[in-house]
Amino acid sequence: MMLSYYLELAIRSLRRNVALTALMVTVVGFGIGASMTVLTTLRAMAVDPIPNKSAQLFVPQIDAWGPPTRPGGGADGSGQLFDQLTYRDATGLMQARKAARQTAMYAVSLDTVSLEGVPLPVDGRAAYADFFQMFEVPFRYGGPWSAADDKGRANVVVLSARLAARLFPHVNPVGRTISLSGQEYRIVGVMDVWNPVPRFYDLTQGPNSGLADADSLFVPFSTAIEREMPDNGSIRCNARVAPGFAGQLASECVWIQFWAQLPTQAAARDYKTFLYNYAAEQRRLGRFHWKPWVELRDVHQWMALEISVPETLRVSSVVAFGFLAVCLINAAGLMLARFSGRAGELGVRRALGASRWDIGWQCVVETAVVGLPAGVVGLALTFAGLASQRALHMVAGSAAAVARVTSLGDGMIAITLVLAVCATVCSALYPIWRASRLLPAWQLKAQ
Amino acid sequence: MAAAFMEVLPILKALRRNKVGAMLIGLQIALTLAIVCNCLSIIQQYRDQMASPSGLDEANIFTVSNTWVGHADDPKVRIAADLAALRSMPGVADAEESNGLPLGGSGWGTGINLKPDQQHPSASTTEYFVDEHALAVYGIKLTAGRWFSADEIRDFHLGEDLSAASIVMTRRLARALFPSGDALGQVIYLSAPTPLRVVGIVERAQSPWAGISHDASAVENSVFLPERYLNNYVTYVVRAHPGALATAMGAVRDRLYAVTRQRIILSVSPFREMRQRTYQTEQSLSVLLGVLCALLLIVTACGIVGLVLYWVSQRRRQIGMRRALGARRMDILRYFQLENLLIAGTGAVLGIAVGLAGNTWLAATLVLTRMSAGYICVGALIVLALSQAAVLWPALRAAAIPPAAAIRDL
Repeated sequence: MMLSYYLELAIRSLRRNVALTALMVTVVGFGIGASMTVLTTLRAMAVDPIPNKSAQLFVPQIDAWGPPTRPGGGADGSGQLFDQLTYRDATGLMQARKAARQTAMYAVSLDTVSLEGVPLPVDGRAAYADFFQMFEVPFRYGGPWSAADDKGRANVVVLSARLAARLFPHVNPVGRTISLSGQEYRIVGVMDVWNPVPRFYDLTQGPNSGLADADSLFVPFSTAIEREMPDNGSIRCNARVAPGFAGQLASECVWIQFWAQLPTQAAARDYKTFLYNYAAEQRRLGRFHWKPWVELRDVHQWMALEISVPETLRVSSVVAFGFLAVCLINAAGLMLARFSGRAGELGVRRALGASRWDIGWQCVVETAVVGLPAGVVGLALTFAGLASQRALHMVAGSAAAVARVTSLGDGMIAITLVLAVCATVCSALYPIWRASRLLPAWQLKAQ
Repeated sequence: MAAAFMEVLPILKALRRNKVGAMLIGLQIALTLAIVCNCLSIIQQYRDQMASPSGLDEANIFTVSNTWVGHADDPKVRIAADLAALRSMPGVADAEESNGLPLGGSGWGTGINLKPDQQHPSASTTEYFVDEHALAVYGIKLTAGRWFSADEIRDFHLGEDLSAASIVMTRRLARALFPSGDALGQVIYLSAPTPLRVVGIVERAQSPWAGISHDASAVENSVFLPERYLNNYVTYVVRAHPGALATAMGAVRDRLYAVTRQRIILSVSPFREMRQRTYQTEQSLSVLLGVLCALLLIVTACGIVGLVLYWVSQRRRQIGMRRALGARRMDILRYFQLENLLIAGTGAVLGIAVGLAGNTWLAATLVLTRMSAGYICVGALIVLALSQAAVLWPALRAAAIPPAAAIRDL
């Protein structure tokens, strides 16, 4: 009842001064647009890619290099741990099988033949069968290979939906064979569209790997090792390596990623103890000459550690929120002018019996009425800002992943409008407070 | 001086009644100045970075990345055949094969030691494996010594130790290692204990990560080794005759397919494109920040116009009274301009402080060079001029108020 009266008052007073209202709407709209553009992308890059499992999936880290060569480490024992493992440690953890599910993996690059008969490069991943259940990979046809395939180094492959559509359009290729780098593999499964953003399962390939596409095909880890498929990811060594693939396997180079699924906190604690004991064992065997150092991080911790927000986004977020601040200060000034300009009218209302709270509420409604169209303007500018972010290649990554992080996610429209209204009302708090403190008699006298 | 003071005093008194409004304008000016100056200094730095030369004849170079399928023989034969085909192409001046290229994004890094058993390296550098053609292909300027001869070039397979005996480095790296300027003829060591004699110095050759790293020594430290990089995945660097780049690039796929069809040509791209890709983020961020700065200045100007217009309407009676008492239009105009100068001036002083503090923070968080105090002072003058321009319209409206307004509104 009272609200509709206030709304009517607000709209009437806003229409009386269209230019000032339009200026306020535009100014707040620009501030909201700039900050929401940046916020949308920042939020999308930090979104939980696997919400029901992110607390169960863990990456183990082992200090295989020790103080002399550990990155950033001096003799004092400082420094950090690598995000990948040596082949020796990865197979050690795989053989121990201390987690409910676990997989070692690395990126491979293979080639096949396209339908047109020309060689076609494909990015793949060597992993264990557990990979598909751990990361909840959806399947269109068939399914993962079996544990026996892992053990038997079977020539089996799982294709992505995209690669399958390209090589075997409109058919179910499960059971057929595909030639990869001159070797025949049996297709056991075709994934449904699966492209997690950020691509959390492998964030180790440089600063943009979070926005890379998911792999085109998967082969058993053991098969890839036996076929000596070279690593297509990043590799770091602290010493000269013996020649050949065997040399790399025996080396202390780190290049294998590892994930473990640990359903409970107790399981995670036990696994960390196991990791510590593993490192202690390596020390006893004479491989490590330093105090064991191991870490175990879940998806959130891992993303926080591995995904560095691009410099472009960090700079523009600081600037965008500074911009919003200036816009709101600006709106506060304009609001102050509005309410002081209407002191006479408000004074009459006070004299006729409206309480301070009534006047305050009336002003809040009036600013909210400005905030809503400002939110709409802000939303339009956010769309424009995100489109220009894509057009200008502000965020480096695969086209699909970039499109995902530069589009308004669920609820962002509501968030934008609420933010606009709240920001406008907040910026007007002082003008509102002042308006509600007017002395009615004083204003009547001035009339 | 005294007259000016006499003029300022009533303005200050009047401002005390509009404290908050004046504070809001001042604060806006301060923040605008701080943000705009920092943005412009970031843009300036990006422009400098983007303009830094790679050392190569960029206009005439293109790269071909290639991988073979289904070959079991030594890649040395295949690479030699491809290079012969490339070098005999019309429009092509020369071609070579390397493990990396300035601005290429990926390459090999290593430490340089001055003694064989050194614990910590004296400098870090990128290593390019090249043959006797590379100097002509890249178009790099040799400033001292000589380039490699054909009989110096060794074969290099992945995982093997270097077998070269000579090395060429950039002038910057030579100066860093041998400050007295006698780098030529000295012996240095890369990670293996094999001695390498410095036979030549080149003027400039940026590292593959020149666009990624902001560290000057990482950008300009490069060495060339006479090694043939033998791998199944290779990148050819081709230099075309001036004006023949497009033709040569158009014909290169067919030329290589004629050698063998059992290959995948992953890309054929001009060096220009590589530079563009490398500095994509800097380029787009410059545009974005520029647009934001322009908007910010417009918003601030609009805010000043709006608030001062309101002040003028609020003071119609007083202005009319002043006019009636003999003040000229010019005096009214001057009053508002001076009032704005006081507010904006205070804001600008605050803005300089906030801007410099913000710059310190930015320089610590991001890899940015500090901006000079002179820079932000010039910015302050520009923002003051803008603020004066913004207040002109409301001030003219105030000056147009007739003396009769003093009694009309009573």
